[in-house]
Amino acid sequence: MARKAITGNGAIALALKQVEPDVMAAYPITPQTEIAQNYAQYVANGDVVTEYIAVESEHSAMSAAIGSAAAGARTITATSSQGFALMWEMLFIAASLRLPITMPVITRALSGPINIHCDHSDSMGGRDCGWIQLYGEDAQEGYDNAIQAFRIAEHMDVRLPVMTMIDGFIISGAIGPVETLDDEQVKEFVGDYVAVNSLLNVEKPVTVGAFDSLGGWYFEHKIAQNRAMENAMDVIEEVGREFGELFGREYAHFKTHEVEDADIVLVAIGSAAGNVKTVVTKLRAEGRKVGVLKVRTFRPFPTEQIREALSGAKVIGVMDRSDSFGAQGGPLFTEVSAAMYGGESHPQIYNFIYGLGGRDIFPDDIEGAVEMLEKAAAGDTLAQQRHYLNVREG
Amino acid sequence: MSKTKPRKEKWNISDIQKWGPGRHEMGATIPESGNADDYETGGWRSERPLRDREKCNDCMICFFACPDSSIRVENDKMVDIDLEHCKGCGICAQVCPRDAIEMLNEIKACKLEEK
Repeated sequence: MARKAITGNGAIALALKQVEPDVMAAYPITPQTEIAQNYAQYVANGDVVTEYIAVESEHSAMSAAIGSAAAGARTITATSSQGFALMWEMLFIAASLRLPITMPVITRALSGPINIHCDHSDSMGGRDCGWIQLYGEDAQEGYDNAIQAFRIAEHMDVRLPVMTMIDGFIISGAIGPVETLDDEQVKEFVGDYVAVNSLLNVEKPVTVGAFDSLGGWYFEHKIAQNRAMENAMDVIEEVGREFGELFGREYAHFKTHEVEDADIVLVAIGSAAGNVKTVVTKLRAEGRKVGVLKVRTFRPFPTEQIREALSGAKVIGVMDRSDSFGAQGGPLFTEVSAAMYGGESHPQIYNFIYGLGGRDIFPDDIEGAVEMLEKAAAGDTLAQQRHYLNVREG
Repeated sequence: MSKTKPRKEKWNISDIQKWGPGRHEMGATIPESGNADDYETGGWRSERPLRDREKCNDCMICFFACPDSSIRVENDKMVDIDLEHCKGCGICAQVCPRDAIEMLNEIKACKLEEK
């Protein structure tokens, strides 16, 4: 193990290098990140034996990854923003073919207006494409999640693709401290790749991607896909626990801070969860009963566990870094609201949308949100359910 | 490159109409290859190719052009057209340098057959 000062991109590229998969298919030009660039460097330097396929678009990157994974190779790619959007149709195919591809995603805004900075519009837009989604707060979590993704994706009860997110620029481009593992530790943790129904296995020929129309079994296959998602719920926890036992950093579906006796709980995802935690610690020192729940697993969504963790709250504030146009609120808000509706307690739930297109969020903005929630907790129900933080009024 | 061994037995799908989500191969994979042959696409056809044996000199251009592998060849001779799979696209008639293939309305062709 070593402690390094490294960017989020650099940490993730290093994690991928330590796993050393068989194939990386990536589009190496913007909106791609340094992950693909750094990995290409590793290949060029002869540090890894990975076959690097430089394709002509992100649509082709995912198509090549699908072909490679179906052929029986451990396969990765990486993406961000418009590149993620261009992969769109192939993301569903990777998941429905049950190919355990892993993909770090640097979350950034989608055009338009043209903007390259951090928000969650890209990955949240792809929340229903059948991929497992793990969100990291910082470069350390990006590194750890990128490694665990292989174990989760390749588990025989799951066999689904996994995307691991970190926030664009704020984490991906900033240098921070990361505890890295040794190459051998990573390789041993991830283990050897076991291909299922490989196209290159001539002893057992298979047909992949066949037509399945009216009168067929499309519906049944979709249910099987959702069962694999349900199985992933336990597998993500098992892998996170084992990672903790071996390396001292344990992972679950989410993490709570000061939630148990809190009247007000903020729910956050991504890098802002760290800012919220700082504010919560400060407010606790003032005697205010505030807590924070940081979501890591968004797909499959840990509905029951989150409902249980938030059951004591009077008021919940859900923070979304992407909006869902015409919906009741952002993606995390609707998910948390639906979870709480199925429970015994029915706390008030408000949505705070922040940080679109890279807009900063300051501790004062978070404190302002808490003040609003405190009024609601005192019985003064807020007129609006959806609020925007750090925006120009008018 | 090693050749694919001929499959020993067909995928047993005798009761597939009853199969629920748990019975299928993961990812809708079919555990055998070469099964496009089982899908008879001839029913899609609205025009049928009719070959004139007198004009045809077995040049095989239609064989290479056919997108459904429906030109049957034996001993270097174009034997006939596999109407169970031919979708009637007419590419063979287009590419034939000797105009030896004519496309006939499928209903008329069926009536001719009946006579």
